[in-house]
Amino acid sequence: MVERIAILKMGDFLLVTIQVDMHDRLAITLQEDLTDRIASTSAKGVLIDISALEVVDSFIGRMLGNIAAMSRVLDAETVVVGMRPAVAITLVELGLSLRGVRTALNVEKGMNLLRASLRSPAE
Amino acid sequence: MAVTKDDTMPVHSSEDIVWVRQAVRTWAVGLGFDLVDQTKLVTAASELARNTVDYGGGGTVKLEAINDGVRHGLRLTFEDHGPGIPDIKLALQDGYTTGSGLGLGLGGTKRLVNEFDIESRSGEGTRVCITRWK
Repeated sequence: MVERIAILKMGDFLLVTIQVDMHDRLAITLQEDLTDRIASTSAKGVLIDISALEVVDSFIGRMLGNIAAMSRVLDAETVVVGMRPAVAITLVELGLSLRGVRTALNVEKGMNLLRASLRSPAE
Repeated sequence: MAVTKDDTMPVHSSEDIVWVRQAVRTWAVGLGFDLVDQTKLVTAASELARNTVDYGGGGTVKLEAINDGVRHGLRLTFEDHGPGIPDIKLALQDGYTTGSGLGLGLGGTKRLVNEFDIESRSGEGTRVCITRWK
């Protein structure tokens, strides 16, 4: 059985809520599934909720960066929402600033960010 | 230095990395580390466990609850019998990588703990020992 993280479609956006401690292959599968879904649905935005994640290490950080970069190439914006404060502190100390990844404090703010980027596409 | 509790776990697969993270979390909570320190320890363990799997060809981690008479601490020792690291000084620099990571593994991990000790011999393996005090 192949484990997968669910990707929900809502209008022009794809929503992903990561609720498990992902092993590396699961993270890679998510990355591939998401790019496939962006292409097949012509989604304009991707919202990734990581509020349940207790740890973001360099591997998961790299995956988030990859998803943001790939979706940009496929003409979609990515917003990562809900990072826990302890995770943010640790990431910065680790030396990972998630450059190129847009973030928002919660799902609502993330959705607003995506809607705003639909109205006025990034330059 | 007294070791009050210890355990050794295998580190061979990406599932093992998840088990190590969960064990380190449980031990850190048990020792009374606050949330930020727990997160730093678990993240450091995750980085080192991945190095053990990806570069060391798998190995073990030893978890030890320690006490130096004044403080409690958690010590983690990752050991593998892989190819070893030819230039440790270079490997500790931010941005250095030979694999698929971000090159933050060792240098970044060092910043998350109080003590960081690495020994590596070409062709024999690598041993990384980290401690965080409470």
